[in-house]
Amino acid sequence: MRNIGVIIRKQLKDTIKNKTVLIQFVMFPVLTLIFEHAISIPDMPELFFTKLFSVMYMGMAPLTAVAAIISEEKEKNTLRVLMMANVKPWEYLAGIGIYVWTICMAGAGVMATSLPAGDVPFFLGVMATGFLISIAVGACVGIAAPNQMVSTSMVMPVMLVFSFAPMLAMFNDKIEKVAKIFYTQQIRMLLNNMTLDGIRPENIAVVAVNAVLALILFFAVFRRKGLEG
Amino acid sequence: MIKTIGICKSFSDRKVLSGIDLDIKPGMIFGLLGPSGAGKTTLIKIITGQLAPDSGEVNVLGRNVSELTGEDKKKIGIMMDNHGMYDRMSCTDNLKIFADIYGVPYSEISRTLKEVGLGDAAKTPAMKLSKGMRARLHLARVLMISPKILFLDEPTSGLDPMTMKYIHKLITEQKDKGCTVFLTTHNMEEATVLCDEVALLNEGKIVERGAPDQVCRRYNHQKKINIHLVSGEDIELAHEAGSAEELEKLMSQGKIETIHSSEPTLETVFIELTGRKLDNGEEAQYA
Ligand SMILES: Nc1ncnc2c1ncn2[C@@H]1O[C@H](COP(=O)(O)OP(=O)(O)O)[C@@H](O)[C@H]1O
Ligand SMILES: [Mg+2]
Repeated sequence: MRNIGVIIRKQLKDTIKNKTVLIQFVMFPVLTLIFEHAISIPDMPELFFTKLFSVMYMGMAPLTAVAAIISEEKEKNTLRVLMMANVKPWEYLAGIGIYVWTICMAGAGVMATSLPAGDVPFFLGVMATGFLISIAVGACVGIAAPNQMVSTSMVMPVMLVFSFAPMLAMFNDKIEKVAKIFYTQQIRMLLNNMTLDGIRPENIAVVAVNAVLALILFFAVFRRKGLEG
Repeated sequence: MIKTIGICKSFSDRKVLSGIDLDIKPGMIFGLLGPSGAGKTTLIKIITGQLAPDSGEVNVLGRNVSELTGEDKKKIGIMMDNHGMYDRMSCTDNLKIFADIYGVPYSEISRTLKEVGLGDAAKTPAMKLSKGMRARLHLARVLMISPKILFLDEPTSGLDPMTMKYIHKLITEQKDKGCTVFLTTHNMEEATVLCDEVALLNEGKIVERGAPDQVCRRYNHQKKINIHLVSGEDIELAHEAGSAEELEKLMSQGKIETIHSSEPTLETVFIELTGRKLDNGEEAQYA
């Protein structure tokens, strides 16, 4: 258990120095703040940028961050050193997961500042769930990829699908039909209503299926490759 | 302390280790010598439980290596050349991670950094360290935990002579503290000065073993005396009574510039046993 804390502290220290990961964490929250305050177009739906960017953030940041962190540790063989120091694979993964989830929640907190106070708990609750799915998917990539280069090229298409599908769905009905099978699109629909009453069974079902698939994939990849591949 | 019985290991169809038996007593520096590709790293990985052998048994600290407890593992320091550092973090922060994991007090961090000569570089990010400094940081990471057993895979390979000497000193100090050291090297000089016992590994088998001077004496069958004359000429005499007269003549005539008896070194023993040089491959690698 103590080792989970060690991993989280290590990551926190590294965050400020790790530009590629850092930019993932702050880009969308900062863009949201700027766009919400600086841009207003007539007839634009209320809180358009907050709702769109938060879903894109969800499909992008946790996924790329987790995959980048794990694959870098594999490539540089620091993961091996941790394992030799008797850090258990689940302790490591829990540490990375908690760290990324917490930072992303902080990012979501920043994005929530434009929302009416009453919507904030709903928003954060939905975001929290989505981050978990993205983290599981990111861990799959990190575990499956032998090094950073492969990890980046694997994460790219997955991330594009999850984060851009909700945006493209706005412009094209066909894409919307397909996008509905992804948790990010369902969460986008949830955020559009922003009420518990507005939750439809379909939303819950798709998000749950996505979550279960992500977990199954995660355990399958982990069982086949182990943490060190 | 470390015992292996009949370790065999193949990668696909290539047999890398075939029947390695070792018995390393506590408190000694043991050197595994062999050219690159001999299987030294593979053997260390097997002994430290990072790799499973195809057959054979490994006992470390009196226990089968697969059954080592967390407490046992905390007594084992492992330094492999491919093991990484957190490049963006400072030396201190790198060590802090492992101090936390091993439960070592933070006071040990600066003490160990000074011990390995990195006191001034404590705040330097690992990626800005020179090769020699990096090797010393690796060493600091394993020394900090005050190990009972130390595995060092080519600890001085590719380092400058100064750093090499420094690391030798640190290794000897560990031995003085009662630590058992298992190191690999392709440098026979290093093995001669450092190791209490060596084993020569070639093509997956241990071809010779014992204390370095013992091993050398065992192969002292050339028994030659090499003489360099003032004239610049080199002559070779048999190291036996029959050469005394000749030697006396040369000496009394003042013709001798230098005179050596040719004792074998670990290097020449190795060449004699295997027909190949120890550090051929590595030289090419670092050239
Ligand atoms: N994971 C691996 N897969 C296939 N071959 C390997 C692997 N690890 C080592 N080898 C081969 O085993 C031989 C011994 O390697 P190694 O133990 O690294 O030698 P040394 O450390 O003595 O230089 C080499 O020929 C190497 O190519
Ligand atoms: Mg090696």
